[in-house]
Amino acid sequence: MIPGNFDYHRPGSVDEAAALLGRLGEDAKVLAGGHSLLPMMKLRLAEPKSLIDLGAIAELRVIREKDGVLQIGAMATEAALIASDLIRRHCPLIAEAAALIADPQVRNRGTIGGDIAHGDPGNDHPAIMLALGASFVLRGGKGERVVAAGDFYRALFETAMKADELLVEIRVPALRPGTGASYQKLKRKVGDFAIAGAAAVIGIKDGRCGHAAIALTNVGPTAVNAEAAAALLVGKAIDEALIGEAAKLAMSACAPTADLRGPVEYKTRMAGEMTRRAIREALKRAKGG
Amino acid sequence: MTDVIVAPSKEREAGLAGIGSHRKRKEDPRLIQGKGQFLDDLKLPGTVFGDFVRSPHAHAKIKAIRADKAKAVPGIIAVLTAEDLKPLNLHWMPTLAGDRQAVLAHEKVHFQNQEVAFVVGEDRYAVADAIQLVEVDYEALPVVIDPKKAMAPNAPTLRDDLTGKDNAGQGPRRHPNHIFNWSVGDKAATDKAFAGAAVTVKEDIAYQRVFPCPLETCGCVASMDPVRGELTLYGTFQAPHVVRTVVSLIAGLPEHKIHVIAQDIGGGFGGKVGAYPGYICSAVASIVIGRPVKWVESRMDNLSTTAFARDYHMTGELAADKDGKIRALRVYVLADHGAFNAHAQPTKWPAGLFSIVTGSYDIGAAHVAVDGVFTNKAPGGVAYRCSFRVTEASYLIERMVDVLALKLGMDPADLRRKNLIQPEQFPYKSALGWEYDSGVYPAALEKALKAVDYKGLRQEQAEKRKRGELMGIGLAFFTEIVGAGPTRNCDILGIGMFDSCEIRVHPTGSIIARLGTKSTGQGHETTYAQIIASELGIPSDDIMIEEGNTDTAPYGLGTYGSRSTPVAGAACAQAARTIREKAKKIAAHMMEVSETDLEWDVDRFQIKGVPQKTVTMKQIAMAAYSNVPAGMQHGLEATNYYDPPNFTYPFGAYICVVDVDRFTGETKVRRFYALDDCGTRINPMIIEGQVHGGLTEAFAIAMGQEIVYDETGNVLGASLMDYFVPTSVETPVWETDFTVTPSPHHPIGAKGVGESPNVGGVSAFSNAVIDAFAHHGVTHMPMPHTPWRVSEVCHRLGIDK
Ligand SMILES: Cc1cc2nc3c(=O)[nH]c(=O)nc-3n(C[C@H](O)[C@H](O)[C@H](O)COP(=O)(O)OP(=O)(O)OC[C@H]3O[C@@H](n4cnc5c(N)ncnc54)[C@H](O)[C@@H]3O)c2cc1C
Repeated sequence: MIPGNFDYHRPGSVDEAAALLGRLGEDAKVLAGGHSLLPMMKLRLAEPKSLIDLGAIAELRVIREKDGVLQIGAMATEAALIASDLIRRHCPLIAEAAALIADPQVRNRGTIGGDIAHGDPGNDHPAIMLALGASFVLRGGKGERVVAAGDFYRALFETAMKADELLVEIRVPALRPGTGASYQKLKRKVGDFAIAGAAAVIGIKDGRCGHAAIALTNVGPTAVNAEAAAALLVGKAIDEALIGEAAKLAMSACAPTADLRGPVEYKTRMAGEMTRRAIREALKRAKGG
Repeated sequence: MTDVIVAPSKEREAGLAGIGSHRKRKEDPRLIQGKGQFLDDLKLPGTVFGDFVRSPHAHAKIKAIRADKAKAVPGIIAVLTAEDLKPLNLHWMPTLAGDRQAVLAHEKVHFQNQEVAFVVGEDRYAVADAIQLVEVDYEALPVVIDPKKAMAPNAPTLRDDLTGKDNAGQGPRRHPNHIFNWSVGDKAATDKAFAGAAVTVKEDIAYQRVFPCPLETCGCVASMDPVRGELTLYGTFQAPHVVRTVVSLIAGLPEHKIHVIAQDIGGGFGGKVGAYPGYICSAVASIVIGRPVKWVESRMDNLSTTAFARDYHMTGELAADKDGKIRALRVYVLADHGAFNAHAQPTKWPAGLFSIVTGSYDIGAAHVAVDGVFTNKAPGGVAYRCSFRVTEASYLIERMVDVLALKLGMDPADLRRKNLIQPEQFPYKSALGWEYDSGVYPAALEKALKAVDYKGLRQEQAEKRKRGELMGIGLAFFTEIVGAGPTRNCDILGIGMFDSCEIRVHPTGSIIARLGTKSTGQGHETTYAQIIASELGIPSDDIMIEEGNTDTAPYGLGTYGSRSTPVAGAACAQAARTIREKAKKIAAHMMEVSETDLEWDVDRFQIKGVPQKTVTMKQIAMAAYSNVPAGMQHGLEATNYYDPPNFTYPFGAYICVVDVDRFTGETKVRRFYALDDCGTRINPMIIEGQVHGGLTEAFAIAMGQEIVYDETGNVLGASLMDYFVPTSVETPVWETDFTVTPSPHHPIGAKGVGESPNVGGVSAFSNAVIDAFAHHGVTHMPMPHTPWRVSEVCHRLGIDK
């Protein structure tokens, strides 16, 4: 439980961090809250030669709202998300999901950027980001680019980020009126990763579903965007039968692996159950309940 | 002698904070301020650190070990392998069960994470780097993980070192992977009862492999003084005296030149009874290097290699009359002991006290047979907060009674009522040979049923069932057998399982008492002081309790199996009584009266009928050092070695109510009521604390704990990410209650309580979960009742739609 040797860098600005990352390349790892990276290093599953700690870069912790878009600094901690009035006002789902992550110690240090960048399908933010239609601002040697959450996740622990790129900001469109969102997470105990989780965002207009997005946690190599399930809802009045159909479609998008949380078949069923619960709750909220 | 107005007895008694007092724990001020002294707090000058290279394979030949690269890491002092220990004959060590266990794997590894080499260096960081650089060539061998396959004709032989030996310490073996067969009871009478029975039931009931998971992992600091030739071994030892004897026997050092010291220990639950390779390797390394060597397990090492508990695969059968009267019990057990037979049980009992399996019921005939087998899993078989295999036994009978109730269409409470041993049957001789000391079972059951409004709960359940909701009510009426034990029955390595207490009263009337047991959090410093306070009339605040130092404490067998109060607690009372005898003689001398004129009153002797003529214990203490009768030795102290005439038999009635989410398989414990009868209650607050802790562990076992292996022998989930340790969020609210039936043979009538909640709790949880499905005809569900397992049942029954 002791990591191997590594060099430690603590840049004071994004420019400095980007330059360091450009120079050290593949051998370096960015350190955010450390709550995914350090456990892997202690088990020597990861043995980076250098760590670039983003902890001293104040600008990466800022949360603001501009033209109906939330701009969240990658280094904002889960605790900061939970405490943020802006998030509560424009997109409470993020704060609700953050409160279901790990325990207070982890939430005090773990960051939204690290949670997203790590590429772990067990992490909760990726599905939330998919459901909210978020996009990520990446900063590399050649400047900035913006990648949609839907294009970000490639495979297990593999994202669209290049080795010399940093995630600096997360952009989330504020929820429109008439829209409800919910995240349902089934876990073995408090602080655990999800057995299965489902995020649903539903917009209602004149009694019918105008917009829908559904994404799932920990039931595939990446967070799962259950597009077919969401598409089924659009244009229809949502009732229990339709919810059941959508859940079935969500289940067919799952490809979990068996572990001590349960076998494949159970996890798939639970993804269905969480989907049902998330749609029901999102719908209730969309209708102002 | 004083001649004053004396405060009323009641007031003086309260001032002692003795037996029955809820006083706060004496150890807590240091523990809750972080001022305890645990093993890793010990920092001797010049200490070096040791840690293990562990096997990635569950079964493999070791072809070669190369340590050159590891030795080249700056700060590395030594790398020990079995070849280095062999000349000292320390590459194997004897187990408590008559087998032997590899200290460092010799020629073969037998389970994943087995100790292969011991790396010693100046600091932990260098050691961790060097461990990665030790190169071991393995040749993988086929593994046996499922105990049911261990004795197959074509099963690979696991223990080549036992080839040709038809005895691995506990009787004849009939297969290379067989350890022992043990049976007890009247087979003919049992078979006959079954043959003629109106109703019989049979069920396979497994108790999964679990691990106690104490807060503090195992560790030691071995410090050899090369000049004096003395070895001091500090460590997390529940039985320090036994450790000293074992070290002396296997290391060949004279016992008086070994000092074993157990400081504060952060939980043991049985896992800190035995000896581990880390202790031996640290001692050898310290002898070789001449510096103190510290070894502390990581959490993963602890979970995956430190002695496990249970792994009992049982088949239970009950025979009964139509009206529910149970006539006979038959049990077969396949016991998975892992790679070495290293379980910690009294020598004569290869299945511990499992034969308490007839439980709280008057069953005329019974027979039990147990086969122990080797598998490629970590060795162990400790009592995880239960007296030697009692929780397995209690689980079996409490489950079987529910299975029978279902078959008969009887309420589980009525079936228990019908079969409980009656008060007038005590002392009760069980079909499997135990003599239960005391109990008033029916009253305890009725009190429990009333407290939870059992009838009302069953009504609510019936209504819920109509609506398709799942609610379960689980009962357990357990009988424990603790206080090992009578030396005619119980020994460890030939040493009788007595325990001891030495009390010394100082001239000012304060006391130090030393015992052969060792608290790992049970509050001995408080409980023992309360016993002595009541016996000697000295306030418990003025009594210091010391344990764990083999140089100063009298010899004892340690703390496990709820034996401290039944055995060492009795030694406490007996030693105190010896002191009081002497004190009486001194008092008579002081008052110039005959001993027969005196009577004891709380904290003093008074002249019969003259309450103002008294001398207090405090005054007597001073006199013991200044003014003793002619011919009497000075001083006021006594030592007692207590050999209990019998075990004690605590019992209890537990009721658990759960709601099951049929869509997710999640179980919510709505209510848990625990009535315990542990005889005389010394400190009710400590008892309650013990019950809370034990129930929480029982909850963990029933609902989530399991050490899981895959088919190739990889141990899965050996971290707290997966291994279920409930937090306050998951833990139910506990309602505790009691009745008091003193033990007739214990000096103060106390029976022991620490393990009762685990013994009774697991069955109550499990029965509740399974009862939620009783109306669907479900007779049994395997533990632990994790959401996915429960959900599988819902899915199979088609009730999750
Ligand atoms: C006990 C426990 C329980 C947990 N339970 C949950 C849970 O239920 N749900 C959940 O979502 N998470 C859970 N986590 C993970 C936790 O939320 C982590 O904090 C999170 O996954 C990673 O964020 P971090 O800030 O700690 O990142 P780090 O661990 O520092 O980094 C993680 C990875 O992301 C990279 N990285 C970090 N920031 C950036 C950046 N700005 N740009 C580029 N790369 C970056 C790092 O190089 C590293 O590879 C748990 C962790 C623990 C220890």
